[in-house]
Amino acid sequence: MEHAVRDIHVSTISDAVKKLCMDANWRLEPDMLRAFDRALGRERSDAGKQVLTILKQNAEMARTRQLPYCQDTGMVIAFVEVGQDVHVTGGALYDAINEGVGQGYTEGYLRASIVRSPFDRVNTGDNTPAVIHVDVVPGSTLKISVMAKGGGCENRSKYVMLTPAAGLPAVKDFIIECVKTAGPDACPPLILGVGIGGTFEKAAINSKKALFRELGSPNPDPMLDALEQELLERANRLGIGPQGYGGDTTSFGIHILTYPCHITSLPVAVTIECHAHRHKEVVL
Amino acid sequence: MSVSTGSDGIKDVRTPLSDADVRSLKAGDRVRISGAIFTARDAAHARLAPLVDKGEALPVDVKGQIIYYTGPSPARPGGVIGSVGPTTASRMDKFTPALLALGLKGTIGKGYRSQAVKEALREHTAVYFGSIGGAGAVLSEFVKKADVVAYADLGTEAIRRLEVDGFPAIVLYDAHGGDLYQDGQKAYARENA
Repeated sequence: MEHAVRDIHVSTISDAVKKLCMDANWRLEPDMLRAFDRALGRERSDAGKQVLTILKQNAEMARTRQLPYCQDTGMVIAFVEVGQDVHVTGGALYDAINEGVGQGYTEGYLRASIVRSPFDRVNTGDNTPAVIHVDVVPGSTLKISVMAKGGGCENRSKYVMLTPAAGLPAVKDFIIECVKTAGPDACPPLILGVGIGGTFEKAAINSKKALFRELGSPNPDPMLDALEQELLERANRLGIGPQGYGGDTTSFGIHILTYPCHITSLPVAVTIECHAHRHKEVVL
Repeated sequence: MSVSTGSDGIKDVRTPLSDADVRSLKAGDRVRISGAIFTARDAAHARLAPLVDKGEALPVDVKGQIIYYTGPSPARPGGVIGSVGPTTASRMDKFTPALLALGLKGTIGKGYRSQAVKEALREHTAVYFGSIGGAGAVLSEFVKKADVVAYADLGTEAIRRLEVDGFPAIVLYDAHGGDLYQDGQKAYARENA
């Protein structure tokens, strides 16, 4: 069947990304707000309950005053699904996304947190560039999912290449070890994105992609769903609690994404995400 | 005496702090900080370090003062400051003992500190406060005035003098070896984690 090619102008893309960046930082998604309420219902620690209550107030204040939820407004990670019948017109797709990021961060009074080189550390001034992942998919729409990824939690993300013989028990222990070493530095309650299988880079990208699943929703794979529940239960027995002050809510959720892998390999990548889990998406 | 306990049990702390003030604070104490505090994070510390090493004057006299590890988001027009929560303190561990030796009495951040910092807190009678990471919008309410006092070219990482009123924090590490993280987590850790 023949499909007509659909034109999408770069200005449409930039405008959409600009809005996503501002909204992500000002308005926490409903899945996060529900997570605060669920945690408040079962947290035993007074300090933990107090932290969760203040974080809910913080979300409300950020929304009503258009202030960023956290002063670390993150590095923008964009996952883009481009329909193969889409034709981007008027310029380059990557430039259009970065243009939107620059506008969103400047006009939204969001912090510029990106340096142009890991060595000279000179700030680029408008939070560009974003980290952009593009997948080509069937269809004639363009889906953009952005995350404003905080640095403090990202710094606690980890990767390991396990052996097939070490297997599932080693995978579980590694994930729990990541929660322990992240501790209070990464701003718990944490969300973990876990990529298992694939290669070195595939596991890492999947660990980010896994974070876009709605928090509290089941993993579509029943085996992985059971594994996620078991790990979440274990993580919340560590006692780290909100902000590490001690308590039952160390993690809000653990999301796993797998991929086929080589007979020799068992790669595991864990992206640590803080409670400032700022993600938004749009379909053009 | 710059530390007094309010009727709600929360300790009111006014800067600058004396050794006696610091000694009266215990891990787990909730506090409200008022007065002037100074912001500095990675890049500002990297510039302060060679001055400290050479014994030269710092752009800010840290004696009796508190440094807040934060890089605020920009203020909206007419606003005092943007969101202003803490950053991870351990990145500053390398620089902290030398500043404590110069009389710095407190730091505000989030996360664990090194053993060297813990020992320096005891040796120089100083305290490490925690403010809530990711509560930057709420915390901005307690900042009444913000002025860049050094390294303006560093943008968000410049040293700012903040006038704060009742800024909420908790004592994470005190000058007696007390550690809220250890005590708090031990109370809630369960078997088979």
